[in-house]
Amino acid sequence: MTTAAATTGARTAKAKPATMAQALGRALRDSMAEDPAVHVLGEDVGTLGGVFRITDGLAREFGDDRCTDTPLAEAGILGAAVGMAMYGLRPVVEMQFDAFAYPALEQLFSHVAKMRNRTRGAMPLPITVRIPYGGGIGGVEHHSDSSEAYYMATPGLHVVTPATVDDAYGLLRASIASDDPVVFLEPKRLYWSKADWSPDAPAEVEPIGRAVVRRPGRSATLITYGPSLPVCMEAAEAAVAEGWDLEVVDLRSLVPFDDATVAASVRRTGRAVVVHESTGFGGPGGEIAARITERCFHHLEAPVLRVAGFDIPYPPPMVERHHLPGVDRVLDAVARLQWEAEG
Amino acid sequence: MTVQELPGAAAYRPTPPPAWKPLTDPAPLLPDPEPYRVLGTDAAADADPELMLRLYAELVRGRRYNVQATALTKQGRLAVYPSSTGQEACEIAAALVLEERDWLFPSYRDTLAAVARGLDPVEALTLLRGDRHTGYDPREHRIAPLCTPLATQLPHAVGLAHAARLKGDDVVALAMVGDGGTSEGDFHEALNFAAVWRAPVVFLVQNNGFAISVPLAKQTAAPSFAHKAVGYGMPGRLVDGNDAAAMHEVLGEAVARARRGEGPTLVEAVTYRMDAHTNADDATRYRTDSDVEVWRAHDPVTLLERELTGRGLLDEDRIEEAREAAERMAAALRERMNADPVLDPMDLFTHVYAERTGQLREQADGLRAELAAEQERHGEHGAEDGR
Ligand SMILES: Cc1ncc(C[n+]2csc(CCOP(=O)(O)OP(=O)(O)O)c2C)c(N)n1
Repeated sequence: MTTAAATTGARTAKAKPATMAQALGRALRDSMAEDPAVHVLGEDVGTLGGVFRITDGLAREFGDDRCTDTPLAEAGILGAAVGMAMYGLRPVVEMQFDAFAYPALEQLFSHVAKMRNRTRGAMPLPITVRIPYGGGIGGVEHHSDSSEAYYMATPGLHVVTPATVDDAYGLLRASIASDDPVVFLEPKRLYWSKADWSPDAPAEVEPIGRAVVRRPGRSATLITYGPSLPVCMEAAEAAVAEGWDLEVVDLRSLVPFDDATVAASVRRTGRAVVVHESTGFGGPGGEIAARITERCFHHLEAPVLRVAGFDIPYPPPMVERHHLPGVDRVLDAVARLQWEAEG
Repeated sequence: MTVQELPGAAAYRPTPPPAWKPLTDPAPLLPDPEPYRVLGTDAAADADPELMLRLYAELVRGRRYNVQATALTKQGRLAVYPSSTGQEACEIAAALVLEERDWLFPSYRDTLAAVARGLDPVEALTLLRGDRHTGYDPREHRIAPLCTPLATQLPHAVGLAHAARLKGDDVVALAMVGDGGTSEGDFHEALNFAAVWRAPVVFLVQNNGFAISVPLAKQTAAPSFAHKAVGYGMPGRLVDGNDAAAMHEVLGEAVARARRGEGPTLVEAVTYRMDAHTNADDATRYRTDSDVEVWRAHDPVTLLERELTGRGLLDEDRIEEAREAAERMAAALRERMNADPVLDPMDLFTHVYAERTGQLREQADGLRAELAAEQERHGEHGAEDGR
């Protein structure tokens, strides 16, 4: 992993609220300003600024050769990005919605993930594939998938997902600077979450691959990422009343996986719940639970539990709240961590 | 009730639709329905004799290369070889029309094009031998890795040519695909991107009659693959793929056009795959010997040989000279392919990421321990297997 050497320095006092969407846009802009090899391409990324306005203003500032509205073809977009990277550019591809990345999976799996390996290191592909993902925004069919398990299961890809405004900026900068391809998953229901943030000194560039403890605690660890982080933070606060002091770990990077931070936390607390909204069966939680068990077996007071979305195609928006793991489901799982009492 | 009967209908005047005109005039984009030929026609008189002789020498070497590589599969020295016997004119022309700075995007059948472009034949064969995915540095030779998934290399060619143009380099990319590959979505997407971006790309469809066993008629209902070009807004050219002079001329024009900034061209070479799909395929299941015989009379090597002999450019001595050169190439290839490649299993973890992840470091440590244990066991038994 190489990351941008430069960080953007200390935050100034003039901080004001900014959204994750703005932070992502700023990260693109700063990356393009810093490195002429960075090109943004995708559907509607130019004049419109993307359907979520993440690329707003880039075409105006850098021209449509640098921020390009492409024909409507995801395999073509990513396939062209492969060729551009082969010639020394750093393409940042926008997939409009999670499920619409599927036409490009062949390019992603067979070429983007493997080109470094196929060419014995001669031709790394520094491509960032930005994919808005996850539910909770009332989207109709095919607009709410959580596909991270597919990407995690594909060697050669980094898989990154920020949950905070600062990380959105810092991780996207690092992803674009990475000499390896990165699938950058943007939790779309957090696009409008805000943090105090100064456009003059947005945030530090965060190296890929490090989890962070968002809330220290002693009695159990909630392991989560992306859209489920706020759910876990809320659950941790609510659990105080029940006598639980929950630690919350935000993974930020699914590949590489930060075993050290996760294992250290679980060894401290002895109990763990993995929380995410993609499916439980074959989902990321199974892998994470297995890794914890392998490393922390003697420290565990209870089996590692998972709170995930149901094993169903993403449901229609009017019933999606029943599918998405919420605070209550997390608290139920935490209650089940009292293993000895049960039996 | 009709419109006329409606109350107030007399006053109804539909507004005419806004004027519409096509973006591009289709006529100049359409291919001639007959494949373009040079050999055996008046056009051959204008062909450069030196070029024709060069093409001939390359064809003879190319044929010998195909035969040798197929033989290497029988000796277990190659895992598999998709022969381009019968298609050498396409392979050679594709390589020769490119300048050094240009890029070739071959499919898995196009080893010969890569070799004709100057790639070390052994490096070109490592994918098929099974020791490496790509045996060469694509940037050094400007040859993309031989591509196994069908048509996926075509958008890469477009992206690369586009990037080169953005950087102000007059680089052309030539991408090769089979008739079956044209049915894939990536073929369509690549052609569309190339035309919209006016990317300096030449697409070469080698229509060799079959996709493994599936014949042309089950692959497309179009008048020709070259006709597909008009739908994307680029010219389509139909050419006799066994006529090396015609192939060189048509591809050369397409490359020149791309270099002038006039955008992509789709070239369809009508040819025939004389061998089975690969050494592992049984072609008698889907075609008869007499089907093949028809094409044997139209063999690319013989066609050119006949033309050159007829013109007094080639005699028995020069033919013999070309054959001997090809024989030397084959002997050298045989000899080098008979050496076992030395492989380091620890390389498995070397080129997955720029830097090994923690997960890969653990797995590499595990394999290293396994290898050490293996070596110890061999040592105990005094077994020396030479590795
Ligand atoms: C995406 C994909 N599907 C299936 C295959 C298996 N396959 C290998 S070669 C081939 C036929 C290709 O035919 P064509 O494109 O006409 O090329 P030719 O072999 O005739 O050169 C098939 C189906 C593949 N390589 N890639």
